[in-house]
Amino acid sequence: MSKALRILVPVKRVIDYAIKPRINKASTGVETTGVKHSMNPFDELSVEEAVRLRQRGEESKSPMKVENILALSAGGPKTPDVLRTAMAMGADRAFHIDVPEADGSPEPLTVAKMLRGVVEKENINLVLLGKQAIDGDQGQTGQMLAGLLGWPQATQASKVEIKDEAGTVEVTHEVDGGVETLRAKLPMVITTDLRLNEPRYASLPNIMKAKKKPLEKKTLADFGVEDTRRLKTVKVTEPPPRKGGGKVEDVDGLVSKLKELGAL
Amino acid sequence: MTFEILETAIAKFGHAMLESEEGITEKRRVETNPNKNMARWPIGSSTLQSTAIHPKFIFLPSNVPPVHPSTVLAMSGARNLSAALRRVRVSRPRIALRPALPRTPFATVRSFSVSSPVRADKEIKYTSDAYPNVQRNPNFAELTADDVTYFKELLGSESAVIDGVTSDATDDIEPFNSDWMRKYRGHTRLVLKPKTTEEVSQVLKYCNEKKLAVVPQGGNTGLVGGSIPVFDEIVVNTSRMNNIRSFDQASGVLVADAGVILEVADLYLAERDHLFPLDLGAKGSCHIGGNVSTNAGGLRLLRYGSLHGSVLGLEAVLPDGTIVDALSTLRKNNTGYDLKQLFIGSEGTIGLITGVSIQCPPRPKAVNVAYFGLESFEQVQRAYLEAKGQLSEILSAFELMDGRSQRLVQDSTGTKQPIEGEYPFYCLIETSGSNAEHDMAKLESFLENVMGEGIVADGVLAQDETQFQALWRWREGITEALSHLGGTYKYDVSIPLSELYQLVEDCKQRLTEKGFVGDDDSFPVRAVVGYGHMGDSNLHLNVAVRKYDKEVEKAIEPWVYEWIQKRQGSISAEHGLGIAKREYIGYSQNDTMVKLMKQLKNLYDPNGIMNPYKYI
Repeated sequence: MSKALRILVPVKRVIDYAIKPRINKASTGVETTGVKHSMNPFDELSVEEAVRLRQRGEESKSPMKVENILALSAGGPKTPDVLRTAMAMGADRAFHIDVPEADGSPEPLTVAKMLRGVVEKENINLVLLGKQAIDGDQGQTGQMLAGLLGWPQATQASKVEIKDEAGTVEVTHEVDGGVETLRAKLPMVITTDLRLNEPRYASLPNIMKAKKKPLEKKTLADFGVEDTRRLKTVKVTEPPPRKGGGKVEDVDGLVSKLKELGAL
Repeated sequence: MTFEILETAIAKFGHAMLESEEGITEKRRVETNPNKNMARWPIGSSTLQSTAIHPKFIFLPSNVPPVHPSTVLAMSGARNLSAALRRVRVSRPRIALRPALPRTPFATVRSFSVSSPVRADKEIKYTSDAYPNVQRNPNFAELTADDVTYFKELLGSESAVIDGVTSDATDDIEPFNSDWMRKYRGHTRLVLKPKTTEEVSQVLKYCNEKKLAVVPQGGNTGLVGGSIPVFDEIVVNTSRMNNIRSFDQASGVLVADAGVILEVADLYLAERDHLFPLDLGAKGSCHIGGNVSTNAGGLRLLRYGSLHGSVLGLEAVLPDGTIVDALSTLRKNNTGYDLKQLFIGSEGTIGLITGVSIQCPPRPKAVNVAYFGLESFEQVQRAYLEAKGQLSEILSAFELMDGRSQRLVQDSTGTKQPIEGEYPFYCLIETSGSNAEHDMAKLESFLENVMGEGIVADGVLAQDETQFQALWRWREGITEALSHLGGTYKYDVSIPLSELYQLVEDCKQRLTEKGFVGDDDSFPVRAVVGYGHMGDSNLHLNVAVRKYDKEVEKAIEPWVYEWIQKRQGSISAEHGLGIAKREYIGYSQNDTMVKLMKQLKNLYDPNGIMNPYKYI
């Protein structure tokens, strides 16, 4: 076990959290063309946490320094946007795994296998990833990756603390009615949850610096993975619309309405 | 554990109030800040409504009733966070993300907030007491029971008349008698809510014949007391005239009743890929008729121009009941005097606007926001020139905030500032365009330029919609932050750009020399701040006071107006005159102009029943 952290932060480009998703005409998925995309909010937390681990290491508040933060994302030609954001926030370099946009997102198992490949090739000892992406909501990748690597995992972290130079990590996560604290040794997989931190803004100087940071384009094949699909989306539909409330003119109107509905 | 977020959120922003140039919005977006220990409300038999949770924001869908501490939204477990996040991704473009309810009385709202309920229990002073030199015009008749009967028969529905003449309706009438700033309060005993233009015509005709004074009122979000009666004027409220009449996709012309809430109009247009060419903090409450009759400016004037340009036609009722049908939808119409312009900005003094036809631009597909810290006002001016030059047609807002105003926002919200370190000036730049790549390329080269030249000391660029809204809060949240501190003397002025901020410096110096400004409670003035629409040379000078104080007021007025007059500025850029600025019109208009205005007023309203004691 070496003494520095080499962190992998997988991020995903998804429809902006604040945009209302609409079903496409063919009812096969969510309409993505012409819709604002940005980084999956949970992944923002992972990037932020990786950067904070580095800061704490530099300020000697954490026993382990961060050697490198690698951001990674799989997707079509616009994927580098979120990787630049990750690098503007503080990641050192990025891999863009080219997956044709028309194919949609690879399944979690494929992603997990790809990440295993990256972890092995890049000698990663900590993977920080969002607990789920807000588009597919599958929430499986982190767990599958830990399983494939045979590493300890701590899910839905609300606090991450490196305890000693040997790589003991304490992760707090929220459970029903309280918190649970887990301890494990690196290498490990941590998935992030909302309480972990408050992601920073990308500052202008850092946005400019990010343009000069290395961004390598790779393919699934580089990591020995094939984009196989086991699931087929049969149909996507909107939830039934909420029935709007009505307005009554006055108290009498309210009373008669309530009577009409049998509430009085 | 999830409870904590929600509680915190509600404690912080559960009913945050937002101003801008026009008034108030109840913000229903609430922000989480898990790191801060806030007061808690007990969670008992809570009701669960759908709620979206995000690292930064919790959105309450606009159809959920106002959150009350006793009905704290509760969720069953941490895992529901993300489920909820997915379930309700409430959202619309940023501007639409300020859903609000029709105005509720300020006191009620205030009590939800944990931050300094400074003015919660204090009675609002009657305007007639605050302005002892204003006397009730004895020519006006007093309301009688017969008048009320007439109106009840005319308007039919019981909800159209709030009758404080023949019955005790104090509580029902109070919201129409006072403003959200708790600065103005009238004595009206009758509120009428006509539903059609015809009804308005009948009401005004009757009032004119009987010499009953009238105050037209929309969402009641004004800042100068224009929509509040002074004495016993009848309030004619437009809230029941709320139909959108037509929209033409090809020309982008919207025709709507005066009582349509600005945000409702904008949401309607959003579904049709268009945008209402006016945006302001009070959009959730204000009526478009009120916007037009006060010629509201707002956040995007820089881009979409004044209502004098975008309003194509109007329907209004003169005091004698004449219906002025100038509801043209034409862009060009050079046939005779453009009389609709008289009603725009006339604050209901010559007629009551009942319908508006307005040119709406296509909704921008790509919007970006950047937030800068700058070292001096000279740098701010340079940045503005660069922005105009390099961003030109995509620039949609250039807002100025001084360091003090941003610190106040930080203190009141507890949010971390987007930029580390402190700067004397901050700017917010927004671009809107039709092509994200094109806009981003332009914006990036602009940013590189201003950073490289050292014009901008530091800055951030919103990476997603959430950050985009969060950055806007630093501008829009200023008035809310000020309202937590006590009272605010607000001056909304136009000054040539080069001296725009000098007014704030001079005012601060003046008040400091007089020993009014200080950090503890023995000083009446807490802070002198400046912010505003740089792009329109429009500054908001706000003097935050611990309580309204005549001595402080005397130190500011008329000094501030004289200062502005020397520079040929305007003493009221976008807030209007109302009762607050009525006597100061001479600082911005010469005698001839005022005389011409009075002639017009007498021509259309010979009995002077329309919004008396105000304007000119």
